[in-house]
Amino acid sequence: MSVMREVSRAMRSTLVLWVITALMYPLLMIGLGQIAFPFQANGSILTNTQGQPVGSALIGQPFTSDRYFNSRPSTTNYSTADPTNDAAGILKTGISGASNLAPSNPDLLKRVQETMTQLHQAGIQPTADLVYTSGSSLDPHITPAAARAQITRVAATRGLAPSQLEDLIHQNTDGRFLGVFGEPGVNVLKLNLAMDMFDR
Amino acid sequence: MLQGWMQIVLTLLIVVVITPFFGRYIARVFMGQRTWLDPVLNPVERTIFSLSGVRTREAMTGWQYARAVLYSNLAMLVLIDLIFMIQGVLPLNPTGLTAPSWDLALHTAISFVTNTNQQHYAGETTYSYFSQFAALGFVMFTSAATGIAVAIAFIRGLTGRPLGNLYVDLIQSITRILLPISVVGAIGFMAAGMPETLAGPALVPTLENPVIQQAIARGPVAHFEIIKELGENGGGFFAINSAHPFENPNGFTNLIQLVTLLAIPTAMIITYGIFAHNLKQAWLVYSIPLAILIGFIVITAIGEYQGNPAVNALLGNSAPNLEGKEVRFGWAQSALFAVFTTASMCGAVNSLHDSFMPSGGFVTLSNLFLQIVFGGQGTGTAFLFAYLILAVFVTGLMVGRTPEFLGRKIEQREVVLASFLILLVHPIAILIPSAITLVFPEQLAGISNPGFHGLSQVIYEYASAAANNGSGFEGLGDGTLWWNLSTSFSLLAGRYIPIVALLLLADSMSRKQPVPATAGTLRTDTGLFTGVTAGVILILGALTFFPALALGPVAEAFQIIKGIG
Repeated sequence: MSVMREVSRAMRSTLVLWVITALMYPLLMIGLGQIAFPFQANGSILTNTQGQPVGSALIGQPFTSDRYFNSRPSTTNYSTADPTNDAAGILKTGISGASNLAPSNPDLLKRVQETMTQLHQAGIQPTADLVYTSGSSLDPHITPAAARAQITRVAATRGLAPSQLEDLIHQNTDGRFLGVFGEPGVNVLKLNLAMDMFDR
Repeated sequence: MLQGWMQIVLTLLIVVVITPFFGRYIARVFMGQRTWLDPVLNPVERTIFSLSGVRTREAMTGWQYARAVLYSNLAMLVLIDLIFMIQGVLPLNPTGLTAPSWDLALHTAISFVTNTNQQHYAGETTYSYFSQFAALGFVMFTSAATGIAVAIAFIRGLTGRPLGNLYVDLIQSITRILLPISVVGAIGFMAAGMPETLAGPALVPTLENPVIQQAIARGPVAHFEIIKELGENGGGFFAINSAHPFENPNGFTNLIQLVTLLAIPTAMIITYGIFAHNLKQAWLVYSIPLAILIGFIVITAIGEYQGNPAVNALLGNSAPNLEGKEVRFGWAQSALFAVFTTASMCGAVNSLHDSFMPSGGFVTLSNLFLQIVFGGQGTGTAFLFAYLILAVFVTGLMVGRTPEFLGRKIEQREVVLASFLILLVHPIAILIPSAITLVFPEQLAGISNPGFHGLSQVIYEYASAAANNGSGFEGLGDGTLWWNLSTSFSLLAGRYIPIVALLLLADSMSRKQPVPATAGTLRTDTGLFTGVTAGVILILGALTFFPALALGPVAEAFQIIKGIG
């Protein structure tokens, strides 16, 4: 078999497979997604009562004040920036990232200590998820324990009864798949949105 | 804690239960038996064959098969490198990205064509939607199919059959295995919440402070995600891979990802058993990687569950290590994913391996060194049988019998090929570039964590490249000319030298006259022989890489026990 024939067959099969797997398959799936699952396929975007987008049901947002349940510390501050001062171009593409600090790295310990000091000052009993940064820096969840640790603080600021907040936490907790796989998490953005609606 | 272990056990059970069904299906496909997809696929495949100029009945020798692998993979490499370099003028580029540097584009192309998907870039900021689905998504199919094809040719040769035709095997791997499962999986993933859109990032004002805006990156993710796992590719659409809520939104998607990323390498052993008419041997062989896998999961999960003693001292209680982990996965699903993904050479991550406890680092590195804890798409099974051939040879020497495997004599040529492809290429592709890099820690290495962990970062990067895994200790500053080119060497050496050697080995086995089994024949389908094989694997793998493990994760573990200064 000549080299020319081998090369030609390699190129032809590459092009044919390219059309099938790189054009037909993705375009078919995109079309199907847009028709059958428009909410999920476009990023599970949540809107307010005026219909304006306020975030994604799957992506966390930064919360540090005492009016809101606080989210986990994030290495990218949840892909946010001030639009008037975005030299890094974060708002152009959106980003994700992690600390990648090794357990033996003294910087990790230093950062955890600082976070714990802040939490203590805010009157929140630290839990592991509130002192460790997440994998994606966009983690939408905190653990139910971390949410409960913040009830007193938020209730005091908003003048709400702790039992009302407990109900809201319960309503915005994503459980395990089939009750078995994964860990339960409280969706912080949805919880805080629900609280704003309730508090109006 | 018990709940976490239950998740782990149930996931393992699902993987094992699926294996025989999927293994039988793969065997049917490549034995040319009828499957229920025939009425749809036969005419489609006939069109593909004739457009590609493939003659289905043309059988290839080992060397012809290997050359076809090299030519076809080169054609794919050139095509996708070209797409990267001109992505600035191509459509579907909503964030206006320009071409990456030539060395990054080359490294990405090589890394994806070799089924590795090592990523020295962040998906959001480097490659356009078109580059992601039309270049990266494309070779995710073809590189996985190349692995399956090679494994099938190897199994055919080992069992005394002609090797077949690369193009037929490549195309049928896609039309009959990868593509149908991907279509179903992509629909499931979309229903579960993954985006599948051509729209650019969404900008929203944040709830707490509307002056600050959030950019929500999205894209055609769902269809990319399923082939990422099923083909053991592992390259994330976003920088942070399956830890990103859009790439892995919940416990359901995580379970599907875990099961699919081990589905083909586990099933392939049963496929072998059907080709060899010896399912008993297949299950015995299966038990070796399964036992190692379970041991590794236990080591990793205990480490993550117990957490970081220094942080626990501050917290005042014992908490799992959640640095680099998502709440929805916790310690159990994160540890399980890390072991699965390095065992199967997928390389997708749902938590950051750099931040794992040293026990997790020990396990992930060991998986990359051994390469057979089910191992890569197709190649893992082939490596396992190469170890089996070596074990036959070693036991033959010990008891003074002529070594035979499946009734065929193991001679000098086979032993040279098996030992060369397992024993030599892998350590050469890992340890020599690591040594060079570590000589210049300031100029080349880009280490981000001090102490013993820094050594692990460098070794891990080359081990991941040579094993065609693609995960990393991602703190490493690897987006440099040196890292791009030196890991490209490990990627190519770790992929194509073993593939050529495997095909030549299969070729020479298939040409041997079968010797009838007698009372003096060493039986290879016994528990004793399986134990010897496991011993051979652990001794050869451990001895070669033990110094690297001792100086990296083992030393780091002692450092943490002593207290971080």
